[in-house]
Formats: sequence, C-alpha cells, structure tokens
Amino acid sequence: MAGRGHPVLWRLAQTIPVIAGVVVISFILTRALPGDPAVQFAGLAATPESIAQVREALGLDKPLIQQFLIYCGALLQGDLGRSVVTGQPVVTDLAMRLPASLELTLTALLLACLVAIPLGLLAAVHQGSWIDQLCRVVVTAGVSLPTFFTGILLIYVFYYLLGWAPSPLGRLDFIYFDPPRVTGFHLIDTLIDGDTETFFGALRQIALPAITLALFTLAPIARMTRAAMLGALSSDYIRTARAAGLSPSKVLFGYAFRNALLPVVTTLGMVFSFVLGANVLVEKVFAWPGIGSYAVEALVQSDYAAVQGFVLAMALLFVLLNLLIDLSYALIDPRIGFSAK
Amino acid sequence: MSSPASPSAASGQVAHIVYVLRENPVTALSFALFGFIVLSALIGPYVVPYDPLATNSARALEAPSAAHWFGTDQLGRDVFSRVIVATRLDLTISVAAVAISFVIGAFLGAVAGYWGGWIDALLNRILDTIMAFPLFILAMGIVAALGNSVENIIYATAIINIPFYARVVRAEVNIRREAGFALAARLAGNSHARVLAFHIFPNALPPMMVQVSLNMGWAILNAAGLSFIGLGVRPPTPEWGIMVAEGANFIVSGHWWIALFPGLWLMLAVFTFNLMGDGLRDIVDPRRRT
Repeated sequence: MAGRGHPVLWRLAQTIPVIAGVVVISFILTRALPGDPAVQFAGLAATPESIAQVREALGLDKPLIQQFLIYCGALLQGDLGRSVVTGQPVVTDLAMRLPASLELTLTALLLACLVAIPLGLLAAVHQGSWIDQLCRVVVTAGVSLPTFFTGILLIYVFYYLLGWAPSPLGRLDFIYFDPPRVTGFHLIDTLIDGDTETFFGALRQIALPAITLALFTLAPIARMTRAAMLGALSSDYIRTARAAGLSPSKVLFGYAFRNALLPVVTTLGMVFSFVLGANVLVEKVFAWPGIGSYAVEALVQSDYAAVQGFVLAMALLFVLLNLLIDLSYALIDPRIGFSAK
Repeated sequence: MSSPASPSAASGQVAHIVYVLRENPVTALSFALFGFIVLSALIGPYVVPYDPLATNSARALEAPSAAHWFGTDQLGRDVFSRVIVATRLDLTISVAAVAISFVIGAFLGAVAGYWGGWIDALLNRILDTIMAFPLFILAMGIVAALGNSVENIIYATAIINIPFYARVVRAEVNIRREAGFALAARLAGNSHARVLAFHIFPNALPPMMVQVSLNMGWAILNAAGLSFIGLGVRPPTPEWGIMVAEGANFIVSGHWWIALFPGLWLMLAVFTFNLMGDGLRDIVDPRRRT
C-alpha cells in the first residue's frame, strides 16, 4: 500500500481536470448569451460607444481561443467582471454576501445531521417498527417537498398564526445593529462581541430558513444512514462481536456505526449539490441577503456577469467541498487509497 | 421487457406485478394518483369551472368557498381552475425534459459502453464536469445564458439530467458487450449498431424506466423552482411554481390559499412520481427492495 502522502496528492491532482472543465463550461455559458454578448454585458443603458468599449474590454473582437485565454487570465486575477446593477466587481459582491449563505447552509446541515443520523440509526436498529415507518415517511416526504413551499408554509404558521418567528426579512431585525464583522457569521460575531441580545435576535431570524433547508436535507442523510447501518449490522464482524459477548452499545456504536459512517460521508457530496441549489430558493423566500438572492436579483435584471460569476463561484465551492469530503474520508478510513480507483 | 418471452414467463410477470401491487397498497395508490394527474393534464382545461385567466376584481382575495373551492387570488381569478390547468404545462415541461435526457443519455451511454476507449473516457470527463456543478445552479446559469423562456427551462432541465441516464445505460451495456448472446448475434452477421440497438440496449430499459420515474419528480421540482425565481414561465400563465411565488406575497397578510393549493398540487405530483419510482423498482428489480 502506498504512503499517506501519495493518494492525497493524487486526489488533489484529480481536481485539476474538473476545475478546467468547470471553467470551460462557464466560458461557454458567458459566450452563449442571446444576441451580442457585448450588448448584454454593457447593460440596459448602453450607448454604442460603451458597447464598443465593452467589446474591446471583453476581447470579443478576437478569435475564440484567444478570448478563452483572456477569460482564464482574468479568472486567475480573481476578476469575474463588474455587476451592472451594483456597479461593484462581482467578486467583491460575492465575497460580501458569501458569509450569510454559508451561515445558513452550515446551520441547516448541522441541524439536518443532528436529526437524520439518530433517526436513520434507530430505524435500522428497530427495523419494521414505528420509527422505521416514520423514517420512511420523512424520507419520502422530504424529497417531495418543494423547499420554497415548505418555507412559505413555515412563515404562515410560525409568523402569521403563532407569531413566534420574526418577520421573514433578512438576517437581523432593524432594531439590532449588525455586530462588528469578524467571521461574517452573525451567530459567531455577536458572541465574540459579547452581545447576547443580538445573538438571540440573529438566532430567531435564522431559525425558519435553517429549518426549511434542513427538512429538505435530512431525507437523503437519513436514508443513507439507515441503509448503511442495515448493511453494517448484518455483516460478519458484528455477528462475531456479538458472539464474543461485547455489550450491545459497544457493538452498535463502536463497530457498526463507525463503519456505517463512511458511506454517509460519501453521500454528503450529493447532498451539498442539492443544498446549494435549494439555498437559492430559501434565500429568495426569506429575503436572506446571501449570494443566492443576489443571483436571483441579477437574473431578473439581466445582470449576466453577476449570474455567471455566481455559477462559477458555486461550482468551485462545490468542487472544493467534494475534495474536502474525499480527503476527510481518507482520514476516517486509512484503508482507502485513492489510487485504488 | 421488449425481448420475446414465452407465455408462461409473461403471465409470471403479470402475477408478479399483481403481487407487488397487492403487497404494497402505497404503490397501487401512486398508480391511481398518476392516473388522476394525467387526466387533469389531458382534460383539465375543458372541465374547470372558470377561465384560469379571467380576472374579477369584485371577488378578489376570497377564501375557499362552495363557488371557489380553492378561493380566489389578488385579481379575483379562481385558484382551483388555475391549479388544474397548470398541470398540463408543468407535466409537459418535465416530460419533455426527461424525454430529451432519456434519448440523449441512452445514445451517449450506449455508444460509450459498447465501444469504450477514448469515446468512453471523453464522455466520462464531460459527465463529471456537469456533475461538478450544483445541478440547480447550473440550470440557472444555462437559462440565463440561453434566454429566459419555457423551451430553455426544458433544455436546462434535460442537460442536468443527462448524466444519470448516460451512466445507467453505460453500465448496463458495458457488462453485456462481451456476453454470449451479444457475441452470437455478432457471429450471425449483425452489424455492431444492430447488436447494440436490438440485442444489448433492450436489457438496459428496465433500470431506465425506474430512473425515469424517480427523475420525473425531481424534474417537476426543478422546473417549478426555476419558475419560482422568475425564470421561464411568465405571469399570468398558470404554473405551480409561479403561482406559489405570487401567493408568497400574500402569505404574510394571512391569505394562505393562494400559495397553499398550487404548492400542495406540486407536492402531490412529485410525491406520486417518487412513490411510483419505488414501486417500479420493486417490480423491475426485486433485489433492491427496501
């Protein structure tokens, strides 16, 4: 078996063609704009001069290969173009709004794991019981629920009927001041600042969107946990462990669960794909000022540079997440050498 | 499925289907719901009580009643009529998208699985690249690039679904290209294309059908999500996603019915296809029963 360093490097090298593919598709998407891309990028209030200027700036008068190289060069310098609506470079806009999206996504993911993994575990241990049926219902309903619809239902029940939730507009009610920006995560920044009142304000605000996203996310995690646990529990090493007289909890958590965790971690990649997409819809419903609602606004206003920048940024984020998942997989399970595949 | 079967095998298949339906009433229910949805799409526009586009400002924002089962929206349009009429458009978008990805995915997967080599490597590279995007976001990007129309929603949904079909077909074809019956068909003088199309490919159809059913629900969700954020379908066209989006503005003032009913119908449709997918998988592939 090869050393630890080698498969990790190999896995890192494997992301290079994927990133190249992502960049090529992004380039095709930017150049496939209906009509003249220069007109689109120049925006609604464009004059013939500004269009000509944009054409030259984008290098649209050059051959396609050269255009692609210019595009790559700009990307390497972190240049995704300028948003017509905000007038800012797209990178600046995205960086400003990214923490809000990450805070929502990570909170939802944490919530989903906290519910889904115990649920899947119990369903597998008590196969055929009511909790198994509950798991089945949750899993099927979870993948059938349109996230934007769940969000609206939750707003109706918890904001309009019960009055428990604050109005679904953004990250923080206007009665609070934004905490000093350290991480960009309100929940963490308020704690660093020692401002518990604002912390609870932010927590109340994030509760509904995070639950909406978590409801959607927990279905695949619960399904996978259940299946992986069933597989682990029926295997020979569990039979041996039981025969050797180990306590049920030791067998369950020490042996079965640890092995079942591996396939669950693998599915997280697919889960991220769905979550990042659903995030856009949830941000729109709750007026959450993240990059998803930024992209929706840009789409509506035909701000193409912003939309394409968003798509590319999300793809790169997703590639990075998959890389992290695979690397953590190697840490959890040292048997896995990436070169084996 | 399409391979010639002896009468006893065929009746065995029917008996198996009946057995699965009886054993799992949920599957039977999903088939019934599916019939209802298809019926609404086919005859819905002719039987609904009101014109889905007719406005009536005198009766705007009325709660559900005997006259308006699902209430009326901000322009006094009948929500029930709009929800039923929308079935056709939503179903058309998802069926068209799934059909396109089925055909393209089947072709690419079959060619790559049968010939292998650089075609296979290239296809895998392209599919990996598509899968490297969060799929809904790639669909957003495609619609933004191609232009904001219903056709482009269909193409975008089709493109993000192609990898799933191509991979299923590639795997099914690949394991059979050296199989005895395929070699025998070659030896009997059939061309490669003929062996692939008529001898090997039909074996990939059952898992493809399961994939279609599981995929349909997702395609509907995807299309509704795109129109929810303002892509593709334009108001006043009745479509579930856009109706939920319009109703969302009225939910904070307590007019729940405008968003609830289209949302429920959307959910019902997706739920039906997901249940049917599970049921079809039980019928086609009993080993993978959960």
